[in-house]
Amino acid sequence: MTVLMAIGTGKGLYLARSVDDRKRWELSGPHFPMTQVYAAAIDRRGGRPRLLVGVTSSHWGPSVSVSDDLGETWQESDPPPVAFPEDTGEKVARVWQIAPGPPGQPQRVYAGVEPSALFVSDDGGMTYELVRGLWDHPHRPTWTPGFGGKCIHTVLPHPGEPDTVLVAMSTGGVYRTTDGGKSWSATNTGIKAYFLPDQFPEYGQCVHKVARNLDRPDQMFAQNHHGVYRSDDGGVTWKSIADGLPADFGFPMVAHPHRPGVIYNFPLIADGRRFPPDFRCRVFRSEDAGAGWTALSDGLPDGPFYPTVLRDAMCADDAYPAGIYFGTRSGEVYASADEGDSWQQVAAHLPDVLCVRAAVVS
Amino acid sequence: MITVLLPGVLRADAGGSARLDVDASGTLGGVLDALGVRWPRLARRLRDEQGELRRYVNVYVDGEDCRRLAGLATPVRDGAEIQLLPSVAGG
Repeated sequence: MTVLMAIGTGKGLYLARSVDDRKRWELSGPHFPMTQVYAAAIDRRGGRPRLLVGVTSSHWGPSVSVSDDLGETWQESDPPPVAFPEDTGEKVARVWQIAPGPPGQPQRVYAGVEPSALFVSDDGGMTYELVRGLWDHPHRPTWTPGFGGKCIHTVLPHPGEPDTVLVAMSTGGVYRTTDGGKSWSATNTGIKAYFLPDQFPEYGQCVHKVARNLDRPDQMFAQNHHGVYRSDDGGVTWKSIADGLPADFGFPMVAHPHRPGVIYNFPLIADGRRFPPDFRCRVFRSEDAGAGWTALSDGLPDGPFYPTVLRDAMCADDAYPAGIYFGTRSGEVYASADEGDSWQQVAAHLPDVLCVRAAVVS
Repeated sequence: MITVLLPGVLRADAGGSARLDVDASGTLGGVLDALGVRWPRLARRLRDEQGELRRYVNVYVDGEDCRRLAGLATPVRDGAEIQLLPSVAGG
């Protein structure tokens, strides 16, 4: 079994490969040096693993590159892969999310970008078109940027209903379409926006990440800007599952690939200070859809630990048992080959880690 | 004919060439439009989708920074030399 991990950083992409059940990892990179890699995806549909990355050069702008040979060579379209139409007057600042579409649409790929917009590709992720239904939403002019920028950072296509897609943005919250992107509804009922006068508005929440298990697609989990939530109705309404956590703030939320109801996150004390609780490096896992949480730290640093784990810097692979991964803003990457029970350091001294994605590639 | 000089980092988007001869005249914007017909990926590195020069891309027309002239409306004479350079940025 070969597992590939893509590590997007503030100065390029790094690739880690393990051929011995995730015991040892071989690192290569930087690929795309001096670019910011906020988005990566390993798409295993279509009979081949395709690696897609969203790269942003301070000089040369944003782009999407694709590799069908695990990062040995890369292809990029001649026209801009992701670009706003002229009539919008807008410019893509960066690609925050690349999400392969449902299994029944192997050429479909979504891209969430800054400023907040959704793009769709039907050529395997080489070129994308703006999803006008969301762009024309009457709420859009009042979406505002979070600290990281005004972006759609989460795109969750429903695995069995191709016309149903959920997106999340900071700020703005969660929006959902059930008609293939023509119309969208804000679905934030129950999610708090403590920073607004109306703390439970229709929209305007700062949702940091949403995750789902593909085998139970109507159950979703959200890490909010204060608040951790579960939805059991496809992302329409939400209730708190934060009680068992040491802090309700954080950025990532990861769903176990095979076990519905098993989720992971990395809490932070907030909002004036943003550090791991007690300055300890711990991943928290729930095995009952958020009713209870367990701290996982075997193999993680013992001493004081200060870095943040960003919203896309934690992921799961699709192996048995599942691997769990996270990277820090201080350039360390940790991996667990046993669903979080124990951990090892895979990389250190990288640039700040912006995203990680891992999958079995052979 | 206009000569366009490329920095090393952009040459892969122009078939490996360090200099390109572009059959165009008029304004800098027109020259970049003509450049984009043959080398579209190179052109999008220089300008965004709304046609504006990217912030950290510097273009010199016969040795003068186009931003000190008329930007993309800068007149370009036949035989001019246009140099593309990344500005000082990054950390």
